[in-house]
Amino acid sequence: MSERITSSKRLMFPRWANYLLPAIVLGAVGGAFYLPVAFGIGASPKTMAVGYAPTQPVPYSHALHAGKLGIDCRYCHNTVEKAAFAALPATQTCMNCHTNLKPDSVRLQPVRDSWTTGKPVQWVKVHDLPDYVFFNHSAHVNHGVGCVECHGRIDRMEVVSQQKPLSMGWCLECHRNPGPHLRPRDVKVTDMNWTPGADFDGEALKKDYGIRDTAYMQSCYTCHR
Amino acid sequence: MSTVSSIFSSVGEIDNTTDDARQRAPLVLRGRGFSSITNSVSAIAERPTTLGWKIAFMFSLSLLGMLGACIGYLVTTGVGVWGNNQPVSWGFPIVNFVFWVGIGHAGTLISAILFLFRQNWRTGINRFAEAMTIFAVVCAGMFPGIHVGRAWLAYWLFPLPNQMTMWPQFRSPLLWDVFAVGTYATVSTLFWYVGMIPDLATLRDRSKSKIGQFAYGMFALGWNGSCRHWHRFERMYLLLAALATPLVLSVHSVVSFDFATSQLPGWHTTIFPPYFVAGAVYGGFAMVLNLAIPARKYFGLEDIITLRHIENCCKVMLATGMIVAYAYTLEFWTAWFGGNHFERFAFMNRAFGPYAWSFWVMVFCNVVAPQFLWVKKFRTNLLIVFIVAAFANIGMWFERFEIIITSLTRDFLPSSWYPFKPTPIDLMMLAGSFGLFFTLFLLFCRFLPVVAMAEVKSVMPQAHAHGNGEHGDHHKSDFQPDEHHRPGPGVEPSLTPA
Repeated sequence: MSERITSSKRLMFPRWANYLLPAIVLGAVGGAFYLPVAFGIGASPKTMAVGYAPTQPVPYSHALHAGKLGIDCRYCHNTVEKAAFAALPATQTCMNCHTNLKPDSVRLQPVRDSWTTGKPVQWVKVHDLPDYVFFNHSAHVNHGVGCVECHGRIDRMEVVSQQKPLSMGWCLECHRNPGPHLRPRDVKVTDMNWTPGADFDGEALKKDYGIRDTAYMQSCYTCHR
Repeated sequence: MSTVSSIFSSVGEIDNTTDDARQRAPLVLRGRGFSSITNSVSAIAERPTTLGWKIAFMFSLSLLGMLGACIGYLVTTGVGVWGNNQPVSWGFPIVNFVFWVGIGHAGTLISAILFLFRQNWRTGINRFAEAMTIFAVVCAGMFPGIHVGRAWLAYWLFPLPNQMTMWPQFRSPLLWDVFAVGTYATVSTLFWYVGMIPDLATLRDRSKSKIGQFAYGMFALGWNGSCRHWHRFERMYLLLAALATPLVLSVHSVVSFDFATSQLPGWHTTIFPPYFVAGAVYGGFAMVLNLAIPARKYFGLEDIITLRHIENCCKVMLATGMIVAYAYTLEFWTAWFGGNHFERFAFMNRAFGPYAWSFWVMVFCNVVAPQFLWVKKFRTNLLIVFIVAAFANIGMWFERFEIIITSLTRDFLPSSWYPFKPTPIDLMMLAGSFGLFFTLFLLFCRFLPVVAMAEVKSVMPQAHAHGNGEHGDHHKSDFQPDEHHRPGPGVEPSLTPA
């Protein structure tokens, strides 16, 4: 048989070609699994967004202000209880203290420039959701979701970085089961140190805050309009 | 050099459409033997590229280029380049999708159902009908992919785990459609390829170029024509035919669910699945005829794709065309008898509303035109068959246009009514999809065996020489050492040229 093939010098189906079909099938099946998984992990917000810590125009330390000095989050981000958007403080807010406190600090130069020129400091947004998501701070803050749930330990950060993926799946994780992420009314939402005690009852809190059922909480329209 | 008129000329045609109880009508004419079949079919892939092919290919390729440009424009600009609007959010892309999926049905019907029913005449046309099916499904599959608007997110059609922890809606027929068309494309391609393996081996053995030997050799999977190979091949083919048979019915049924499970007047009817399947087979056979009639002349295959093949296709068209006509009638009957105000309006609107012209084009093409096929004289007249088939293709496109556009433009609330008008991009994309189809088809004609040589040989009288008590004859006839098929004597059928 092999003699006939070699004598006619025609290419029939060389031995190595036997491996082509399994290679193609394995490649296709493997690729069909590998590519989505590689893309899914690579492009996931967990990979792409967590740890995002842009350099801000002013080296403002949350660790110092919110942590060491214990200034309430709402002193600067004063709209969170009433509005969808968590406001960035006006330069006036900074100057309340810094008119007298460290008035000559080089690091505060951009704040003083803003104060004299009237042009706001160009802070860089860290927790940036897509425009088609209508996230409402007040809806969360007023219903017992602590700042730390989404932002992590801001009070320990010299430079603010994104701690959570802020992906849709991550949002839905809580929307489908909000109970464990809530805190009682007598605990401040801004308290970063609070941990649930033994008597914690998420379901009771859910009822207390009047949080709707899962069907509503994961409806498209709850977050997208 | 064949001219347009000679494509339809009956000169040299042998009439094998008559039925004689004493002997089977021959499916291969002029006493062609096995090697003659091999020579004439292989020659199409082996001869140098002809001028006619080059011209046709350049034309198709330029249409395909236009399609590519349109898609580029669409992706970079947005779906506003189409005439789609609210409420007509489906528009041309889905009309074209359903049209092309429908075209694809004849291939599997011929290859699977006719195979299981032992319709030997299928062997002459099954190869290129299957090719047509696959290329039509390619055209069809493209449209939902770009119709989603953000083409780069088309993978959302598939249930892949993702960061949104969202699945496609499993209760939606649109998702069933993804699976139905995907399965259909896979099984059709497998069927086509498996059936081609012995013929690819023939081309490999005949090929004089190293590239040809290598390429055909790889795809022939080392076929050597041994009994064991043939045995496994036949088993595989039978299994695939059994697998593909339910698909013929399921794919277009599922496509029809896209409409039937909605609550829109004119769509919300239980007749849709069988009606769509019949329409698809009707349109598919029309496309087979539109391709076969010029191709058989151009490639000199009149003895293999005979008048009998053409006539049989016409009969299938007539039967399915009558089912379609019945469905049209019954839709109106149901609308009237059902007594639903909106349903009645939807059908009055179809026949007499602003898009009535498309309805009457459809009725003329799909109901009136096929009536010619009752007459045998017309069924064997290539020009008339070609024209009727062309009408059927046009009619089937307008059927989808009429179903989608009339129902969407005017639904329950007159305040939501809005007319639909296609943009030039819509029309260019429709033309471009034909470019894609014909580019693929021409490449197939150029490089692959357009007729299933091995299968045609199996239905020739020579293959059954033993049964006729002619044992021994074939050992001394036109045996070719490079042919792996059983040779036989050239039996002369008692038919003369018309």
